[in-house]
Amino acid sequence: MAEITYVKAITEAMAGAMRADERVFVLGEDVAEGGPYTTTAGLAEEFGTERVINTPISESAIAGVAVGAAQSGMRPVLEIMFIDFITLALDQVVNQAAKAHFMSGGQLSVPLVLRTQGGAGTRGGAQHSQSLEAWLTHIPGLKVVMPSTAVDAGGLLASAIEDPNPVVFIENKTLYFKREEVPDEIEPLPLGRARVLREGDDVTIVALSRLVADALSAAERLASEGVSAEVIDPRTLVPLDLETIVRSVQKTNRLVIAHEAVEHGGFGAEIAAEVQAVAFDPLDAPVERVGAPFSPIPLSPPLEDAYIPGADDVYAAARATLR
Amino acid sequence: MMWRIRHFEERVGQLKRADQVHGLIHLSVGQEGVAASVCGQLRDDDPVYSGHRAHGHALAKGAPVERVLAELMGREDGLCKGLGGSMHLVDVEHGFMGATGVVGGNIPMALGSALAGRLRGGDQVAVVFFGDGAVQAGHFNESVNLATLWGLPLIMVCENNGFAEFTPRSAHTNVERVSDVVAPYEVTRETVDGNDVLAVWESFGKFLAAARGGGGPFLLECLTHRLRGHYEGDPGKYREAIAKADWQEKDPILRLQRHGVAEGWFSDDDAATIERDALAELEVAETFARESRFPSDDLLSSMVYAD
Repeated sequence: MAEITYVKAITEAMAGAMRADERVFVLGEDVAEGGPYTTTAGLAEEFGTERVINTPISESAIAGVAVGAAQSGMRPVLEIMFIDFITLALDQVVNQAAKAHFMSGGQLSVPLVLRTQGGAGTRGGAQHSQSLEAWLTHIPGLKVVMPSTAVDAGGLLASAIEDPNPVVFIENKTLYFKREEVPDEIEPLPLGRARVLREGDDVTIVALSRLVADALSAAERLASEGVSAEVIDPRTLVPLDLETIVRSVQKTNRLVIAHEAVEHGGFGAEIAAEVQAVAFDPLDAPVERVGAPFSPIPLSPPLEDAYIPGADDVYAAARATLR
Repeated sequence: MMWRIRHFEERVGQLKRADQVHGLIHLSVGQEGVAASVCGQLRDDDPVYSGHRAHGHALAKGAPVERVLAELMGREDGLCKGLGGSMHLVDVEHGFMGATGVVGGNIPMALGSALAGRLRGGDQVAVVFFGDGAVQAGHFNESVNLATLWGLPLIMVCENNGFAEFTPRSAHTNVERVSDVVAPYEVTRETVDGNDVLAVWESFGKFLAAARGGGGPFLLECLTHRLRGHYEGDPGKYREAIAKADWQEKDPILRLQRHGVAEGWFSDDDAATIERDALAELEVAETFARESRFPSDDLLSSMVYAD
């Protein structure tokens, strides 16, 4: 076993892919310098600036460059520094990358990984803190990955780079420097498989990214009160491992879905709809959702802290299903 | 090739009115000289990207007429199994990497393809076609900056027909010439009469040789005239029809024919034979396309992701 941070696992996954496959290259703003969170630190030193390419602040063009390179046989890993800036790249992501395989009748494929990070909690304000994954899950042709641990971040990124499709890989900035015990070698993990982090019989909590840790602490508190909660991290939203979630709900009869994104129109709504469609009878209570309020993210620290959903909200939601 | 494109486009216009081809159809009648002169000098492994007015570019790059027509008719033997249509033609085998319906969205992709060629150590030259309407878009300006910064083997071919959709260029920008827009980036550039096939051939050929040798990027602005509306069915009230006699003078095909006959390269009869062959080929293509089936529903699930 070794101790590693989430950010280091991500860097290592890129380095491993670059060592194994010369088609893999990294591009983005400040990537040769390591970027603001050191996600690409050391890559330029090992692989040179021909394969770790700094770009101007031109999100639309660099996304297009990545799509064109991917269609031409390369395996680009594009970094969009904050998910908030993906708005500027969405033509390339949504209209070009996602649809190229389909529109070309299968002639083109776009083996592209778009790495980005979201999440509040760093006083970043409304344009550097959002959780925008739900937009991307609405686009056929994209895969969407959202890891919550170092071992998943490393293992899923390795698979995302090998995938022949465009994968949006959404990291969380508050997880970057968390330390974690991991195996000496992080193995690639298949996309589309949920992880059951804690088994339980009374309520299922499906949590995404940063909310996974909150769900686990809510589960601890529930356990101390005699309630046994099962915690599931889907890890990839597209494709979604609905089977694991449904199997759990059939056992617990209650479901809570927790994410940091605005609750309204969030991915929790999709999970709730899909679960009730196939497991309506087993449900003993309305599905509860935990998400942020319908508001931009505030700067003021007490206000931001109140804005971000956390373990107390997950606990309250689980309790609501047990009433 | 130019007659092939001309008659293809005119037939597509007729088929559109008969509701046999589907979707938004943008014809390039009058702009054939650029497609033929540019693509005629490229190799299959030189990637070409185009925009919404792409039929001529695809045909000139080598896409089979019958499969392009079948695609426009939404049939399973179309280039893209009938899933893409007029604005999304792709023929990877011939290096026609794709058309896009988003004006200017193809430009950064062409940069990516040029970059891929260089990273792999090849001598491919990427070419992107766009209209003057794309030049006012952000991604054009971002792309020109990047292409010059990285010195990519890329030739940007702007077909300046003076109209961005329904609006004359003068209403969208104060910069009349696209070649002036890129001047501060020091892109090697030239503006030519796009109806003069030999001029386009020569200028593009010069850029191609330089790009093949590691130079780039280049911009070739071809001043052209779009004989038809922005799309088929466009009432075209915003533009004055060009007088028939004036067009006889400007038509890139007739101009080249007059020149070729005068120079003794070929006879009027030879030219007429080329045109007749293009029409005969089109008849065969139309029969092929009409006989092809519509694609099956299962493509809606099987084609979304690559395996």
